[in-house]
Amino acid sequence: MTVFTPSRPVRRAAYRPSIELVPEILAGNVAAIARMITRAEAGYPEAAPALAEIYRHTGKAHVVGITGVPGAGKSTLVSSLIRAFAAEGHKVGVVAVDPSSPFSGGAILGDRVRMSEAASSSQAFVRSMATRGHLGGLARSTLQAVDVLDAAGYSPIIIETVGVGQDEVEVVTAAHSIVVLSAPGLGDDIQAIKAGILEIADIHAVSKADKPEAAATVSALRGMMTLGSERVRSKWAPPVLPVSAVSGERIGELKDAISRHWGHLRDSGELAERQRGICRTRILGAAKYLFQRKFDERAGEIGEHIQAVVNRDMDPAGAARLLLGWTDEGQAA
Amino acid sequence: MNEASMTEKASGDTPDRDAAAGTIRVLVAKLGLDGHDRGAKVVARILRDAGMEVVYTGLYKSPGEVVAAAVQEDVDVIGVSLLSGSHVPLFRELGRCLREEKSEHIFVVAGGVIPEQDYAALWDSGVDAIVPQEARAELIVTTIRSLIAARGRV
Repeated sequence: MTVFTPSRPVRRAAYRPSIELVPEILAGNVAAIARMITRAEAGYPEAAPALAEIYRHTGKAHVVGITGVPGAGKSTLVSSLIRAFAAEGHKVGVVAVDPSSPFSGGAILGDRVRMSEAASSSQAFVRSMATRGHLGGLARSTLQAVDVLDAAGYSPIIIETVGVGQDEVEVVTAAHSIVVLSAPGLGDDIQAIKAGILEIADIHAVSKADKPEAAATVSALRGMMTLGSERVRSKWAPPVLPVSAVSGERIGELKDAISRHWGHLRDSGELAERQRGICRTRILGAAKYLFQRKFDERAGEIGEHIQAVVNRDMDPAGAARLLLGWTDEGQAA
Repeated sequence: MNEASMTEKASGDTPDRDAAAGTIRVLVAKLGLDGHDRGAKVVARILRDAGMEVVYTGLYKSPGEVVAAAVQEDVDVIGVSLLSGSHVPLFRELGRCLREEKSEHIFVVAGGVIPEQDYAALWDSGVDAIVPQEARAELIVTTIRSLIAARGRV
């Protein structure tokens, strides 16, 4: 059985250079925003000058990271937050990251399933993004997508990470305010004093507060707080908030806590410090990516060195140095 | 037009419009009052395994919601599975919304239960391919790839 197609020519669409999209993005055109994000994700060199121009118009938005284990309820919570912020007249941007298959490179991006009502509001822009092999909980171009939304006037911009384990904390160097969402009924209070994801929270939210187990999770997290904070220099004490997206319970409180944290960052001067951290990470990340791309162009030469490494005539690190054109030992350090 | 003639068309394309450089993005949706999404999920999985990024929207969507999501997600294709029998008006509305959003570069692929006598109405609504239930999985993939190759990068 075949696939049926109509007897008319396939529609063709005009290709528009990225730089032409910039004024439309600044004016808030949804299709132009979406197209620029696609080109940033693809890493087209053609889009680089346009993204540089867009970056000059950024820095206004409050970027909020939402992270937590798979199934904690991140997408559902984001959906509630879109509604809460939109009700106050904010234009809310969302970049929701899901994992790419390590085998096919494909992905199923399912965050919209839980967001559809809120996402179809004209005050929200929701973009699903696959990690495309990037580790750490975000995609390589997540922050470029945030830039595009920032320049287009969206704020807050919510980054929803992939469902993370205990160590994928890249979002901490991407967002101004970090909400860590914990689901009730997973693990005891020793989980709460482990290093990693729980340390990065500016705000702890406990999902499914309508379930009885939620109270135990809340008290475990509050207990952890009393043991002392790693961010001792900050006057901000991370609150622990039980929320229920089902009943809408205390979503407003969470929204207020997020806004309060933004106020705190600006008033205390901590914002400047976070901005510097974010920029530092971004420069290093971009440099790594450019280096990787340059390296990939030369990866064909690897064949010349494999046999030498197999024969034990050269060690793998030495072959790597040759591949990079480095002959001086000192350069490898 | 059958699949072979579409492939021919694609091969005549100029390299600068080569879509193969970018990842293909597909939005898989269920339109209207149709609660069976097993088929849609199977298709989503097939497309994922073919290296595409599939935005799955879930059940009970209106054509307007689907088009708004497709524009934000900048997808190449909207794949709609329909089993409810209301395909003619729903695809007509979907086509109208796409024109209204000036997003006719997004292809519409229809699947599910669609009787042959309704095909003409769906072509008129702007549907670009109909995948009958019996179609083999690879055919969905090759159909999408050849449509995009013929259109070029946008």
